[in-house]
Order: sequence, then structure tokens, then C-alpha cells
Amino acid sequence: MPTVYVNDKPVEIGNRKLNCVQAAELAGQFIPHYCWHEALSVVASCRMCLVEVGDVNPKDGVLTMQPKVVPGCQTPVRDGTHIVTGEYDKRDTSFPARPYDANYLKGGAPGTRAKKSQADTLEGLLINHPLDCPVCDKAGECKLQDFSFKYGRSESRMVDVKNTPPNKPHLSSKITLFTDRCIMCTRCVRFTREISGTAELMVNGRGHHEEIDTFPGRPLENKLAGNVVDLCPVGALGSKDFLYKQRVWYLKESNGVCSRCSTGCSTFVDTNKDIVYRLRARPNPEAQGHFMCDEGRYGYHFANSAERIQRPQVKADGVLKPAAWNVVTPQLKKTFTDAASASAKTVVGVLSPFLTVEEAFLYATYFKSLSADVRLAIGPVPVVGHDDTYPKDVKGNPVEPVKFVIRAEKCPNRRGVEAVIKHFQGSVPAFADVATESLTALWFVGGYPDKDQLAASLPANWKAPALVVAQDLFAGPITAAASFVLPATSNFEKAGTFVNHAGLAQTFDRAVRPPTEVRTELQVAFDLLGRKGLVQAAAIRAELAAAIPAFAHLATKELPANGVRFELATV
Amino acid sequence: MPYEPVLLARIGKPNSAKLEGYRADGGYATFERALKEMQPAQVIDQVKNSGLRGRGGAGFPTGLKWTFLPKDHPGPIYLCINADESEPCTYNNRILMEKDPHQVIEGIMLACYAIKSRCAYFYVRYEYGDSYRSMQAAIDELYAAKLLGKNINGSGFDLDIVMHRGAGAYICGEETGLIESLEGKRAWPRIKPPFPAVEGAFRKPTIVNNVETMACVTQIMKRGVDWFKSLGVPPDPKNPRDAGSYGPKLYTLAGHVEKPVCVELPMGVTLRDLVEKHGGGVWKGRKAKAVNPGGLSMGFVDVNAPLKGSDGQTEYDIPLDFNGPGRVGCLGLGTAAVTVVDDQTSMVDVLHNVCQFFSHESCGQCTPCREGTGWMLKIVDRLRRGQGRKEDLDVLIDVADRIGIMPGTTICGLSDGAGWPVKTAIRKFRAEFEAAIKSGAKSQYAKSLDVVGAH
Repeated sequence: MPTVYVNDKPVEIGNRKLNCVQAAELAGQFIPHYCWHEALSVVASCRMCLVEVGDVNPKDGVLTMQPKVVPGCQTPVRDGTHIVTGEYDKRDTSFPARPYDANYLKGGAPGTRAKKSQADTLEGLLINHPLDCPVCDKAGECKLQDFSFKYGRSESRMVDVKNTPPNKPHLSSKITLFTDRCIMCTRCVRFTREISGTAELMVNGRGHHEEIDTFPGRPLENKLAGNVVDLCPVGALGSKDFLYKQRVWYLKESNGVCSRCSTGCSTFVDTNKDIVYRLRARPNPEAQGHFMCDEGRYGYHFANSAERIQRPQVKADGVLKPAAWNVVTPQLKKTFTDAASASAKTVVGVLSPFLTVEEAFLYATYFKSLSADVRLAIGPVPVVGHDDTYPKDVKGNPVEPVKFVIRAEKCPNRRGVEAVIKHFQGSVPAFADVATESLTALWFVGGYPDKDQLAASLPANWKAPALVVAQDLFAGPITAAASFVLPATSNFEKAGTFVNHAGLAQTFDRAVRPPTEVRTELQVAFDLLGRKGLVQAAAIRAELAAAIPAFAHLATKELPANGVRFELATV
Repeated sequence: MPYEPVLLARIGKPNSAKLEGYRADGGYATFERALKEMQPAQVIDQVKNSGLRGRGGAGFPTGLKWTFLPKDHPGPIYLCINADESEPCTYNNRILMEKDPHQVIEGIMLACYAIKSRCAYFYVRYEYGDSYRSMQAAIDELYAAKLLGKNINGSGFDLDIVMHRGAGAYICGEETGLIESLEGKRAWPRIKPPFPAVEGAFRKPTIVNNVETMACVTQIMKRGVDWFKSLGVPPDPKNPRDAGSYGPKLYTLAGHVEKPVCVELPMGVTLRDLVEKHGGGVWKGRKAKAVNPGGLSMGFVDVNAPLKGSDGQTEYDIPLDFNGPGRVGCLGLGTAAVTVVDDQTSMVDVLHNVCQFFSHESCGQCTPCREGTGWMLKIVDRLRRGQGRKEDLDVLIDVADRIGIMPGTTICGLSDGAGWPVKTAIRKFRAEFEAAIKSGAKSQYAKSLDVVGAH
């Protein structure tokens, strides 16, 4: 088995093609880097990942270390490669020292060259850096701060005037550039050239007067542009959406799954005091890779909207009036049960593709508990345009190989909800088909974050039955026809599981609590079913996994962070 | 007996840049003979056996470089000619291109025949307008004479030479920077491996050679290996890695000399001979203080410092071959552009000029070079304004030592060249710098040059 030694520690790399940074990570040794990114091409220009390397001569087994430092990101490892990082002095000394050659040791103890080179690089990076951390949005999650603290020197020898290039708020409608904070890692430039393919960004000028810039008249406006803010290791590129909203150390990070299209990007949801402030892509090779689109990234605002339905409402004398849950629940239960017993065949429960599979499962259980004849249907599936693939060429035509897809289907869990419905009744009727029949009662479990998208996907000739129960985030045509209006929760306010377009089931955690008078869909279903005890998505998930064979994969208590991919045929 | 120039033999002759004139001097006979009688491998062998080392600066054996190309490569192979002669005070390529372009082109044709290239790119810096025009005119003549194009002389050998004008950046002289620029991109040197011989211009195997190297190829093929080896300096027996410094070399003289000229001499002339005999000595009857043996990036020679291991000689007596400048702490022979600094010039001003150049020309890709060259300029600029501190000299040496491909902190050698003059100047003329700092006097030129701006 090919083995690489990282600070004397052996680590097996198998037959993977790795560079020193990746191999060291396998051994649990972090090598700091700025310009290198797994999804982008290697430029080896920031010179932060400098390490000392050597190889064993396969003929005589003698280890010879190179007398100079090399960039770890650019240097591939093979069997017998020895990597010595700047943190060699903090190594795990339980591993015996490797037989480093005398010539190499003449230049100082292992790691001294790398350590000095990294500190020198940081000194260089700070020469023209304004050191305005107190007013910088990135402070707290800034790699320049972190690495300077860990690998840099504590004092500056720079006494001259720093370069002060002007800031560029006109870079994009969504992104601003604090030019002086930039360390020229060019990750953003490479992103626009390699991933989005739109190539808006470039490097202008030369030497220490270099700046990131756009071409005249071509601002950074593409649907993936927000990723450059995530990619920026320092505070140079700032999201205007998030700028000066929060200090990052107040933010709580939780694992989310984006609900704005069926790609189901893994996200980090950054919140404070039950308000979502920012979404960032959570790298997940199974779902979307390293990035997310701007529709998803900035698409969290609905959750903080003041227009949301905040409490249950009951129609009396043709007017919706707020009511308390303890009044609404029994009344609703009775009314709907009566409707089901009167004519079960004309009662329909609509489950929207924005529900988690746990919610869909509990609601389906409830509807079917009223009568086996009560029908289930999947809610309107919003589809906007066509799948949008990246990278693009200069004219905007898609280019192979595809690296990112923004899907036309603007909901996260059509496949999961369909699988649940299929389990209960075999077929999955669409809302458009059932809504045009004459029904007596309709329970619409919605949760649509965009009311315009919902309105657009309703069939023109849908007829509201006499009894409509509408559970949604925003008022719309369905809530207007409803006798009972219940508030819904956003995907940030609940834990659960979404199944994306490819059948990948990803669980996510609750990031914020719902507004005070809003009960989660799971809680409402619990109450309707008359179940007692704490509502826990994980417990329902286990129940679901036991009940529906297609979801048996979800039986494990802790799902891997990257999700579980279903056999496509079973979902 | 004075040396009879070979590379410069035709300079100054009437019609020297014309095909007619070149033909009259036996031009292209060598190429035509090679095309008829020699296999490409034989041409490579002849160049390899001559011991020709690249004239661009690094001195890499030319024939050896050609053998790095993949064997029996099915796709195109390119030859790039590096005429981005941007090292300050260097103009030996320019003379060849302007006055004797056909000698260079014949070398290119021979080289392309040897490496089986069907297309050569001639990358000339933007500032060399005359060179560009004379080269282009020569190429046009050759196409008209059917010595370029398809099926030359019925041999089945096709060759196109494409002129490409750069936009005037020093970094385009770095071979992978040149290739990037040729491809229409920003001239950021590539990370190696892969080396250009494996993956170069347009991701195809590419050889990058200097203009003067091509002229040497012409002469080697014409006059033979023995002639070439009769000139210059054989390898140092004590240094197993030395490949020797054979052949003629064009030396250019600039700075404070009476006659700033380009002279052709066998390798190994001493700095003193070159300046005193061929350059007419230091100007205005002054004495030399420091000399740049081969372009700014090679560092400085202290004319008055005794040469180690030899009685009575000073650093002024080093031979200008590929090894000589290295013996006194310089980076190497470089482009053999000798720049003389007289004894009335302040080294602080000289260093400022140097730092300004490299800070302006750093491509800005690698952090150590981008920030290091800028920082060194700022420090030297302060020294020049009389606001230096004694610790500045140590900072300068520290920065100069740590940037470059030798310590491994950058992609290309530009910053080795940026650091070398700084550290050699301070190490060799430290007393002068310390005195300048102590006096606090402002340089008389301090106002005339601004800190370099954005470009």
C-alpha cells in the first residue's frame, strides 16, 4: 500500500492522486493555504502551503529531501514521499523520526525552512494589507487573521506607507470589493473562468499594484457570483446582502439543505437569535459540489419576512380571524373528520413538495387514518424555465463538462413526498388533476416560500371546495378560499429530510425557532393524530424507515453529513 | 591578433538585412545542405556536441534542451524565439535582428528542422519596432523566395515563422510567461512541471530559445563543432556540473563607459579588458566603482574588492563566462550586458533604480515577489530621501534572500533577479549605505523619480 510520511507519521494513500496538502490532511496535519481550492485549478501562487518534501529512491531505499521549500498544493505525493511541514516541532512524537539525510539536516532542523517561509509569506501579505480588522466583516472567519495568528510573526517591520487602492462597490449589484484587503489568491477569478465560465473577473495592473477588477461595462452578474464571497479567504469580497449585519462570532452555524431547487445544495445556515443572516455552501460531493447558486443563497429572506402568516386563522362570517391553537385544533379536527366521514372520496390531502419526508409521512398517516378513501395528492411543483447548467461560454451557451446545475424544478423534495404518497396509495395524483374535480374538502399542506411561484403553478380552473384548510407561509389564492388558515414553517425552522432530484436523501437540522405562534407541521400532525410526547424528526424518520421500504436507508440514527443516496428505482 | 567577429561579421555591410546580401555571403547554403544531406537527429547532435549553451541568460545547453521533446510526438511541436530582450542595458539581440535578421532566421530554420517543428513563433518585445519590421521584412522575402512555407526546396519540409509583438513586459522574457502571452493570456509564468518541452505553447511540446542562440546555431552548422569549441572556456575540471562556456558571445556595454557598444568576443574575456579595452574605459576619466556583469538581475561586482584566491586581482578581473560572475557572488553571466557605475554615483540611487524596475516588472503572481519587490522599493526610496534606518539594510537583505526560485518561494526566477542586486549591493557596499543613512542626506535625484505607479 502506498505510504506517505507526514511529519514522521505514516499514512496510507491508496491509489488516489493527492497533493501534499491533501495527503497531510489524511494524516491529520493541516497545511495552511489560500489560493488552492479543491474545485479550482492549481496556481501555487499564494505560497502559504510551503512544505519540505523528499522522496525515497526505489532502488536503494535512501531518503533524499529537497533542499528548498515547495508549494504543497502543486507537489504530488507518491509512495515514499516525505512531507515536513512548518509544524514539525509540534508533531506526534510517538512515531520514530524518519532517516532524513545529513545534507538536509545541515539546513536546520526539519520544518524550520517551511516555518520561516510561511511566516515570511504572511509578512508579505500584510505589507499592503490595511489591518482594519475591527471594521472588517470577515474578522473572525478570516484566513489571513487565523494564519497570521498561528503561523505569522507578532510584529510588523513595515514602516512605509501602504498602497491604498480604491474600493470597488460597483463590482456587482450583490458584491463589493475592498481592494486593499485582497491578497491576490485569484480564487474568484478562477471561479468565474472555470466554474461559472462567465469570466467577469480579471487581474488588473502588475506587481504590488495588482487589483481584482471587472471589464468595463461587464459587472460580476451571474447566477453563481455569490460563491466568490465564500471563496475569498480574506475580507476583500463582501456580500452586500450580509455586509455589516452581524459580527460572525455571534453567528451560529447549522447544517441546512437549500429548498429553492431540486439540486438540494448542502448549506451552512448562519443565524443569530432566531434570525437567518446568511447561507453558505457546504461542500458535498454527493449533492452539488462546493458551491451554491445566488437564488438559493439570497433566497432565505422569505423566512424573515414580516408578511408571513404568523398565527392560525379561522373564517367566521366570511372574514379570517386569528384564533388560538388550542381552539383551532379540536375544531379543525372535528370539521375535517366530519367531512371525511360524509364523503371520503371527495376529500383530498395535498402534500407540497416543500415538506420534509417526515412531515409528509405523518400527514399522510393522518389523512389515511380518517378513511382509506381519502386521497393524497402532491402539491403544485413550481417549474421555472429550464435547467441552467454551468460553466457557460462567453455567449452564455452551456459548456461540457457540467460543473453546476440550477434546476428548473424550484422545490426540494418532490421525489421524497412522491415516495411517501406512493407508499400509501400506489399512485401519485398531481394537484392540477384533483383540484378541478368537485371536492367537498381539501387540506393543502403548503410551505411555498414564493407565493408568486405557487400562484403561477396553480391550474387556472381549480375550484375551491366548501372546506379548505390551507397551511402556508404566505397568503395567496388558496388561503383566500380557506376556512382554516394555518401558518407553515420555513425549512430553517424545522429538522427533516429532503430527497433531491437524483434521489439523494439529506437530513438537516433546525437552524432557528419558528415565530412564537407558529407550530411546525410535524407538531400539528402530532396533535391531529393525538400523539403525545416530544416531536422529534429523528424519531419519525426511524418510524418512516421501518414503515416504507424505500426509506429503509434512513434507519440509522445519525445520517452521514453528505446524505444517503437512494437506489433510484425505489424512490 | 584581434578576434575576427563571426556573429557580427555582416553588421554594417551594405544590404546586410536583405536576402540578396545574405545570399551573397553564402547565406542559407547551410540550411539547404542540412535539408538535403542531414537527418534532424544529426543536426541535434552537432548542436549538442558543440557545447552551445543558451544565450538568453540561464545558459542551459541548447542541444540537451532539444532532446527533452517527446520522441515521435504525433501532434505539432513549436519553436518559440524569445526576443523579449528586456533585461536593462541588453541590446545584443536587437543588433542581430535589425542588422542581420537572416542569420537568426537561418538558425530558426535549422532548429525547426532539427526538432521537427513546422511552426516557429518569434516573440519580439513591443519596444523593438525596428527589429520587428526588419524581421518581418526578412520573413516576407523568404516566403517570396519559397524558403519558407510548404515543401521547402522540394524536401517535404514545411515551415512557417510567425512574428508576435509583445506588449512590453519584462516577465514575457520568462519562457512560460512568454508562452502564456503568446497564447493571448496574462503573462503569468506557469508552474513547472510540466516543462515547455512536454507541454508548452497551446499545450503542445515547445522549445523556447534566444535570438543569439539561433545565430550561434547558424554558425555551428556552417563552421562546425571544432570551430565553436576552439573559442571560449573549457569546463572547470573541479566542477563536475560545469558544461563549459564555448563559442563567441555578444557583450553589450552600457552605463558610465566612454563607448557603449556591442562587441563580439570569445567567452571568457575579463570584465576589466572588456570595459577598458573595448569600451574605452569609464567615462569622463572617472574610475569604476561597481559593475553589473550581465544585466541588472545578476547583481553587482565591486571593482575594488580583492578577488579571493588570486594575488593582486580584484573582482574586476573575473572572466565573463558562465562561471565567472558566480565566483564573486553574482547570479551568473545573464545576458552579458555589462553596466558600469562610476565612482561618483551613489549606490543608493543605483539600488533605487534597480528596485523600481523590478517592482514595476514583477508580474504579481507569487506573494513573496509581488510584496517583496514593492517593499524593497519603498525602503530604498526612503533611504534615498535621507530617512533610512540602520535596520533597513538587514530587512532588505532578509527580503532579498528569501524571494526567488532558489529558496523555493516563487514560480519563476524574476525575484531571484530582483533580490540579487539588492543583496550584492548592500553586502559589497554596506559602508556606503551606512554612511548615507547616518548623514541623512537626500539624494539629488530623489525628486526626479516618483515611486512607481500602477501600470
